[in-house]
Amino acid sequence: MKLAHADPAGVLTGTHFLDGDQACCEGALAAGSRFAAGYPITPSTEIVERFSQRVPQIGGMFLQMEDELAASIAIQGAVWAGAKSFTVTSGPGFSLMMEHIGYAAMTETPCVFVDVQRGGPSTGLPTLPAQADMMQARWGSHGDYQIIALCPSSPQECFDLTVHAFNLSEQFRVPVLVMMDEVVGHMTEKVVIPPAEQIEIYPRRYTTLPPNEYQAFQAEDDLVPQFARAGEGYHFHVTGLTHDEHGYPAMNVETQHRLVARLMEKIRRNAEALARNEEYRLDDADVVVIAYGITARVAMRAVQMARERGVRAGLLRPQVIWPFPEKRLRELAERNGLAGFVVAEMNCGQVCYEVERLVAGRVPVLLEPHTGGTVHKPEQILDAILKCSAGLQAGTGTQALQEVTR
Amino acid sequence: MSEEQMIAGTPEGGAECLPPNPVEGFLRSERMPHIWCPGCGIGTTVNCFARALLQSKLDLNKVAVVSGIGCTGRVAGYVNLDSFHTTHGRAIPFATGMKLANPDLTVVVYSGDGDLISIGGNHFIHAARRNVDLKIICINNFTYGMTGGQLAPTTPVTAISSTTPYGCYEQPFNLPNLAESAGAVYVARWTTYHVRQLTHSIGEALRKKGFSFIEIVSQCPTLYERRNKLGDGLDMMEYFKESSVVKHGAATKEAGIGFQGPITVGKFVDIERPTFLDLMDKQMTRTLDAHYTGSVVEDHVRG
Amino acid sequence: MSEPSVNEAKPSQVPPPARKARGAIHVTRNRCKGCGFCIAFCPPKVLEFSEEFSEQGYHFPRLKNPDGCTGCDLCGLYCPDFAIYGVMQKYGKKQ
Repeated sequence: MKLAHADPAGVLTGTHFLDGDQACCEGALAAGSRFAAGYPITPSTEIVERFSQRVPQIGGMFLQMEDELAASIAIQGAVWAGAKSFTVTSGPGFSLMMEHIGYAAMTETPCVFVDVQRGGPSTGLPTLPAQADMMQARWGSHGDYQIIALCPSSPQECFDLTVHAFNLSEQFRVPVLVMMDEVVGHMTEKVVIPPAEQIEIYPRRYTTLPPNEYQAFQAEDDLVPQFARAGEGYHFHVTGLTHDEHGYPAMNVETQHRLVARLMEKIRRNAEALARNEEYRLDDADVVVIAYGITARVAMRAVQMARERGVRAGLLRPQVIWPFPEKRLRELAERNGLAGFVVAEMNCGQVCYEVERLVAGRVPVLLEPHTGGTVHKPEQILDAILKCSAGLQAGTGTQALQEVTR
Repeated sequence: MSEEQMIAGTPEGGAECLPPNPVEGFLRSERMPHIWCPGCGIGTTVNCFARALLQSKLDLNKVAVVSGIGCTGRVAGYVNLDSFHTTHGRAIPFATGMKLANPDLTVVVYSGDGDLISIGGNHFIHAARRNVDLKIICINNFTYGMTGGQLAPTTPVTAISSTTPYGCYEQPFNLPNLAESAGAVYVARWTTYHVRQLTHSIGEALRKKGFSFIEIVSQCPTLYERRNKLGDGLDMMEYFKESSVVKHGAATKEAGIGFQGPITVGKFVDIERPTFLDLMDKQMTRTLDAHYTGSVVEDHVRG
Repeated sequence: MSEPSVNEAKPSQVPPPARKARGAIHVTRNRCKGCGFCIAFCPPKVLEFSEEFSEQGYHFPRLKNPDGCTGCDLCGLYCPDFAIYGVMQKYGKKQ
């Protein structure tokens, strides 16, 4: 597929001082999105507040729906009409959107969901951060399916990864989730938006076949079918039921197996190509810290502090968190002399389980959890690094969690 | 001529000269026969819809049908148009996104009472409030057919359902009244007996700009009638024939339906009100003037 | 080539007409589910259930009085299974 370039009308080229939510909005506009639907929820609302201000002047609309269920399906109606669209939310709304993440996965509707994570469960901490929706992002809708999820650590990355999210959603025809957190969403930093011609856009995979030859869910070699939009004479059918290549319901074992296997495999076989990691001082590291989102920035300080104490620590920061960078993690786990891994995340242990699965007992994996509300202190992560380096099996944070309930 | 087909009568020039079934091109013939039970009314309504659509002279490439879940939700799968079988209750917000992203499309929402009014009830009233230009065809068979005949928000008081085995005691919704109260610009009700009136009404709704709502009272012989000892599909059709009172312009608040009671049918509401897009364009133009670029939504990439 | 006469086309189904029928019906047997709507609501009451079964096991409709069919197509409008439709004779002419 030949890459295209962004429409300059939506690109606010220049150097700006933006928060992560605003940068995310600019990323969506740069990617060519002209349709968003949403329901107000802190701390994500600023994204669509800005969108609703910007988009009427460049040809598009924001639609405030009656709830998150409506918002997360309205964007899909818009996609099938030819728009590039997205919705934004936070924890409680993300829970309501699960049904339509599943629908988008099943119907191969390219669209983007942004979740600016806050403390939970339930209404939790509306204005304070957490990273506790990571497994929900991966598994939250029922049934077997695959999504792609990205984790920005700065307003700049909120821009870059939102553009990337739209591109991946078009390339793989899959819902892509941008998993921000409240701190990244609300922190203000320098954001550089390049000229439109330097922003690559993956165009929608519109079919080149005439209607009589087109089958809506006949996959190409990369397991992704060509797209047709409503109104162009293709008379295609889209359903959330198990369907055959025509898109018609076919509820039998064979079709279920063929369809679900393809939906899984079109992402899984590309896991390595999708990986996008930032690595910091990993070359000679004895202790590998794994962190993402805002926590990675705290972890970087902890790595520096460990180095100052003579402990060779390094940081692996996955920007694409699902699918998880399995290959790189296995390489690191097999490294001679590695003392172990420290997983720092603003939850009681989620991505940590994925790391444990891949490390498979070769070396210790220490969780440095945090229930949210504020970010980790660098010293907490440093403690875990030092313990890991010394061969101790339990992280301080895990102990602290246990002590609360004593 | 296929062996499965039979011609009778004496058409001049021989049987092979019969024109094809007028609705055949509208159907996905390869998917027939459909899944609906013998005596179910949904197919009759689709027949009326097909004829109304063909008579409307609309460009069928620009018509999309959106359904939710349930027996009526399967309509989308049988019509040879761009068709979308969405999640339970969410046909209207899906259709809203589709219509607003491409206003050239005529978007028809075709679903059942449980889907549109129970799980999708919130979306129904909000789309009516916004006056999104959607054509809503709601098949009301008083029950949840696909899942086995449970209580619906339309089940008449005292009727038996699988989850009200001792009789329903909940007040059902009066759908025309709900639609009118929420802001629909066109509201009509017919039954599956009133095929010509229904076809005419669907034609009117297709031409009407704004949130148009047609309730079609239909029969569910397998689950509603059998459980309530009301006979088969034809018996229910006879009830519709005997008990329907045509009353155009009737006050919708008087149009509730009791168990096997009279059914007020007709066109109740036909008013003019600016649509969501009309109002958006007006307000944006007023505020932004020349900076407003209009609401056309296309994907914006450069090759 | 001359047009075949009606009797040559379907001799078993078309008795010699006393007067010309104004309409005809077409039945797709394998779609019919035997609901009887077409028979019950046929204005001139010219339809009846066949004694035969379709492959699906239903009695499908047939004309009991072919001359009475007006081709009004109300059967077609009522049919929930897209299995029957009527045509007026004038529409049956070859183009």
